[in-house]
Amino acid sequence: MKPAPFAYRRPDTLQQALADLAGEPDAKVLAGGQSLVPLLSMRLAAPALLVDINGLPGLAEIVVTDAGVRVGALARHADVLSSSEARRVQPLLAMALQHVAHATIRNRGTTVGSIVHADAAAEMPVVLTLLGGSVDVESTAGPRTIPAEELFLGPLESSLRPDEIALSAYFPALPEGAGVAFDEIARRHGDYALCGVAALVRLEGDRVVEARAGYVSVNELPTVLDLTADLAGVVDEASLAASAETAVAQLEPDGDIHATPEYRAQLVRVLTSRVLRAAYEDACERNAR
Amino acid sequence: MTTKLMGTAVQRVEDQRFLRGEGRYVDDIAVDGRTLHAAVLRSPHAHARIIDIDVDEVLDLDGVHAVWTYDDLTGPMAEPLPLLIPHPALTHGRTQYALARDEVNYVGEAIAFVVADDRYVAEDAVGLIKVSYEFLKPVVGIDNARAAQHLVHEDVPGNIGARLEQNVGDAPTAIAAAPHRLELDLTVERSACMPMEGRGTVARWDADINRLQVWTSTQTSTGVRAAVAVKLGLDLGQVDVITPDVGGGFGVKIVHPWPEELLVPLAARALGRTVKFTEDRREHFISSAHERGQVHHVEVGFDDDGRLCGLDVEFWHDHGAYSPYGLIVPIITSTQLLGPYKPNNYRVVFESLYTNTVMVTPYRGAGRPQGCYTMERTMDAIAAYLGKDRAEVRAVNFIQPDEFPFDQGLIFQDGRELEYDSGDYPASLEKIKALVGWDEFPAYQAEMAAVGRKVGIGLACYVEGTGVGPYEGAHVHIETSGKVKVATGLTTQGQGHATVFAQLVADELGCRFEDIEVVTGDTRRMPYAVGTFASRAAVMSGSAIHLAAKRAKEKVLRIAADALEADESDLEIIAGVVSVKGSPGSSIDLGTVAVLSNPLRYAFDEASQAATQFSVGDPGKAPVPEDEEPGLEGKDFYSPERATFASGMHAVIVETDPLTAEITILKYAVVHDCGHLINPMIVEGQIHGGVAQGIGGALYERMAYDESGQLLNASFMDFLMPYVTEVPDGIDIDHLETPSPLNPLGIKGAGEAGVIPSAAVFASAIEDAEGFPITAMPISPSELFALRQQRAEEKS
Amino acid sequence: MSEELHDVRLVVNGTTHHTQVPARRLLSDALRHDLALTGTHVGCEHGVCGACTVLVDGKPMRSCLIFAVSAIDTEITTVEGLTEPDGSLGPVQQAFAECHGLQCGFCTPGFLTTITAGLAENPCPTHDEARDMIAGNLCRCTGYQNIVKAVERAAVLIEERTS
Repeated sequence: MKPAPFAYRRPDTLQQALADLAGEPDAKVLAGGQSLVPLLSMRLAAPALLVDINGLPGLAEIVVTDAGVRVGALARHADVLSSSEARRVQPLLAMALQHVAHATIRNRGTTVGSIVHADAAAEMPVVLTLLGGSVDVESTAGPRTIPAEELFLGPLESSLRPDEIALSAYFPALPEGAGVAFDEIARRHGDYALCGVAALVRLEGDRVVEARAGYVSVNELPTVLDLTADLAGVVDEASLAASAETAVAQLEPDGDIHATPEYRAQLVRVLTSRVLRAAYEDACERNAR
Repeated sequence: MTTKLMGTAVQRVEDQRFLRGEGRYVDDIAVDGRTLHAAVLRSPHAHARIIDIDVDEVLDLDGVHAVWTYDDLTGPMAEPLPLLIPHPALTHGRTQYALARDEVNYVGEAIAFVVADDRYVAEDAVGLIKVSYEFLKPVVGIDNARAAQHLVHEDVPGNIGARLEQNVGDAPTAIAAAPHRLELDLTVERSACMPMEGRGTVARWDADINRLQVWTSTQTSTGVRAAVAVKLGLDLGQVDVITPDVGGGFGVKIVHPWPEELLVPLAARALGRTVKFTEDRREHFISSAHERGQVHHVEVGFDDDGRLCGLDVEFWHDHGAYSPYGLIVPIITSTQLLGPYKPNNYRVVFESLYTNTVMVTPYRGAGRPQGCYTMERTMDAIAAYLGKDRAEVRAVNFIQPDEFPFDQGLIFQDGRELEYDSGDYPASLEKIKALVGWDEFPAYQAEMAAVGRKVGIGLACYVEGTGVGPYEGAHVHIETSGKVKVATGLTTQGQGHATVFAQLVADELGCRFEDIEVVTGDTRRMPYAVGTFASRAAVMSGSAIHLAAKRAKEKVLRIAADALEADESDLEIIAGVVSVKGSPGSSIDLGTVAVLSNPLRYAFDEASQAATQFSVGDPGKAPVPEDEEPGLEGKDFYSPERATFASGMHAVIVETDPLTAEITILKYAVVHDCGHLINPMIVEGQIHGGVAQGIGGALYERMAYDESGQLLNASFMDFLMPYVTEVPDGIDIDHLETPSPLNPLGIKGAGEAGVIPSAAVFASAIEDAEGFPITAMPISPSELFALRQQRAEEKS
Repeated sequence: MSEELHDVRLVVNGTTHHTQVPARRLLSDALRHDLALTGTHVGCEHGVCGACTVLVDGKPMRSCLIFAVSAIDTEITTVEGLTEPDGSLGPVQQAFAECHGLQCGFCTPGFLTTITAGLAENPCPTHDEARDMIAGNLCRCTGYQNIVKAVERAAVLIEERTS
């Protein structure tokens, strides 16, 4: 289990990095490498060139404003998780990040890298999608912003072009009146989830005006469902159960060696209800402050 | 210092180097730029004929030194690998070639062997080898093997490698006449040892002295040595096999020779360079060994108390593609299944079946977990049928303390009678019930049920034959420095042998513990040995070391008595000093005794002057008396008539989530009887590890093969070994010490015990929580959920 | 065609090493085979087992998931660097010896580095935090019971040695 040979560049300016990438169609960007290196070692990927962006200045920053959290491409999961400012503006980040692998992986792995790796079993693509975030990318042709809903094309396939570097991910702040929650069930603590759910519930007064849930590991793509209709009346056992059934019906979960489709559907059911309730309670608590 | 170390929690001496990062595991040997590295091309197909192998591109690759395929092998290397343990019932034993000859029978079978400057380049080279295959139908799983629509080996009809039946009394008749009868079908899936360090071998051929040195991560250095010598056409005396530190074994490393254990020395000799093979994790999954996969059918007859009248067990053992380790695993299942019980009449028959999957060889427990599971599921079924307490049904079937030695009337894995030497099962049962709170549990269960929580309790009992023969030996050498060098031939994979064996020597010899150094698994130091398996190291080598230390002590006393002009019976050895009891002024230290034991012509230091010819000896006698040898050494072997039988009982309380079917362990309790404990800290460590491994086997781990024979979960991401988060916070342990009458220390083996009852005890507890039978293990939340749905459908 | 070699400067346990490696050389292999620091072990090479964990600028990371060329400009600590300058065992090492926190010893270096960093960040862990500290490392021998005890014991030893 050793990687195949590749050429290596470690540029110290963004311009050089973009030029390196532009010069080799079969290139990959190396940031944290926690997903990429195992693929290389198992020889499931064998790019001709790795462009290591760890030497680029300014990309490790986490910029928090009242409008949202911008996470730089070299910010490690652990940095985002420990940022109290990021937690204040968008609490879902920390809620989800504590489920990302184990602490040791979070020390090296980057949040942006995890997003553009586009694994539907990962937490952060779903969080970005649920929050309506975006990713800023750049190539020698110039910068562009890719909204989350246009980012994920298939299993491990994003809409980034091979010559583009993802420079940051932007997570909008928690909207007024909203609450969030995250939970997942994995076989072992720290494993990829069998099913994970991120939810955002927004209240106007006592009334739910927005209820959406994002699903980890359920389908081939990070999927977000709008379940507002089920919760628009009262939030109780019955309406939560109804939202859970809506989710199951819309998702048609996949099976694998760890979970049958029926079992995964059950986890969708249980977690939808559980996480929506928690998000609702979070919203109520925040509104009460 | 006369305190005995036997029975004391002495801190481990080997930890000093491990904790500093100074252990020497096989991949740590020969770390220099000159060592060459090997990689193996492995079959990507489960069953295929090899039409052609094209290695042309490989040799053009910079950094590649050589490549071997079957066609390059000659003499004994071109013959199949040895069938290590032949048995008359193994009518169709089959073993693989070091490199596949013309057929591959599992994904992972070795096809070509490349040696290059480093492992990276070697893997590049492997990727350049082109093989054309003619695909054959793969046989995967016991059902397909039994159906035999396709054959793994053309010349093995029905895929049946062996069929073995044993009878005690007349079980079918007794069952037919019994007041009550039940039938059960019970399945256990595959798992694997999965030590943290995989396999690995380093070899160096020294052309100057015509000698081969092999370091290999093995559980039997003498076994590897013999195999290497035979296969490479060397005299045994030309081959040294040294077992370095081994990063876990659990059974898989008792198999030998692995193809690489022959190919690495072959390459080292051919190339005149040190060659290393370090297996990677994916290779360990697909090209070492698995275990546990069996399907059992039970028919049992019993009376109103649940007492067995007759037991009839038929089972099918998935042997994988080859059978190098013979029938050890199914024989152990078929015999150790009986546990602490008297079946009165017993018939057992098994078929060992070939499949196109990784071969099956012993994994910690070695067939006992399946046997225990089968017997204990049967006990639970009887209790459920009669509406009786599960512990009571077990108790009425126990062999009683006054019935030892108890002959079960069967032939065990070592070819000897299955005769239990000692034990006290009723006492164990009382202890485990108290430890887990058995009698209080129904009230707790009702209390939990009232708040919508499902909890269940399980119990499982086992007996384990440990310390099987044929023998082990030991050599104790007291140097003139007073240091004591101890060697035994079997190997160490984390059991703390350097500590426990030193405890035994210190006790027997009276030397200081700190002066003792123990070496295991080095054929230069002890060429006669068997290996580390079957919970035998403490019993076999421990006894041998005790005996060898005794011999050394006898010699010490003879020489010291002469030097001190005292009677041997008046001497004592304390902290390395021999003195006349009650007269401490009259003493001599062990180092000086060692000097005196070796009459010298030449002095090499001040101390040795005392042993030169003008200093010692009676001029009228030979310097070395008749019946004596120079040097202060003791050597002995221990070879018991039969195994000694340890026993134990586990109990677990689990909670199952009513919605998600997740299974949580609330309490785990162990009562364990391995006779006298040498080092209770180490024994408890073995139990902890076994329990965790058992939890893995019961709730998390399996080998997920698809129908084409691809292993779908050949990584630590998908083969779910427990982290700390999956094991209970605390394991309650109680010991019973029923000494074995078969060895001088009264000890029994402890290595495998922790893992034996796991599948049984979890099935029992989950069944108790859920209220429906659990007949297939391991069980995942997804599977438990499916059982609930199936149950709900049956009810509606 | 020979593979391109890169000059790499690695600072390990306070010592600066200069070596030449291909870009694909994993840090775990560079430490073990190029610098002969074989205390760091390789158990899975896909980042799950944790045996290869080293400290990179004080933080535990998987050395099998980092390329040596990418580890320049960092300070690396391996198990060899946990021993005290006088050769005696560091507090985490000592706690493992006292608590029988290891058997075969193969996974141990990864636990030792992880716990060293964990206790630097959280010197007085609760029992649950002690368990959580080792939750990303696999051990096949010990069942973790005594490793958790060793975390708690190490916290006490560090407190004693620093006070």
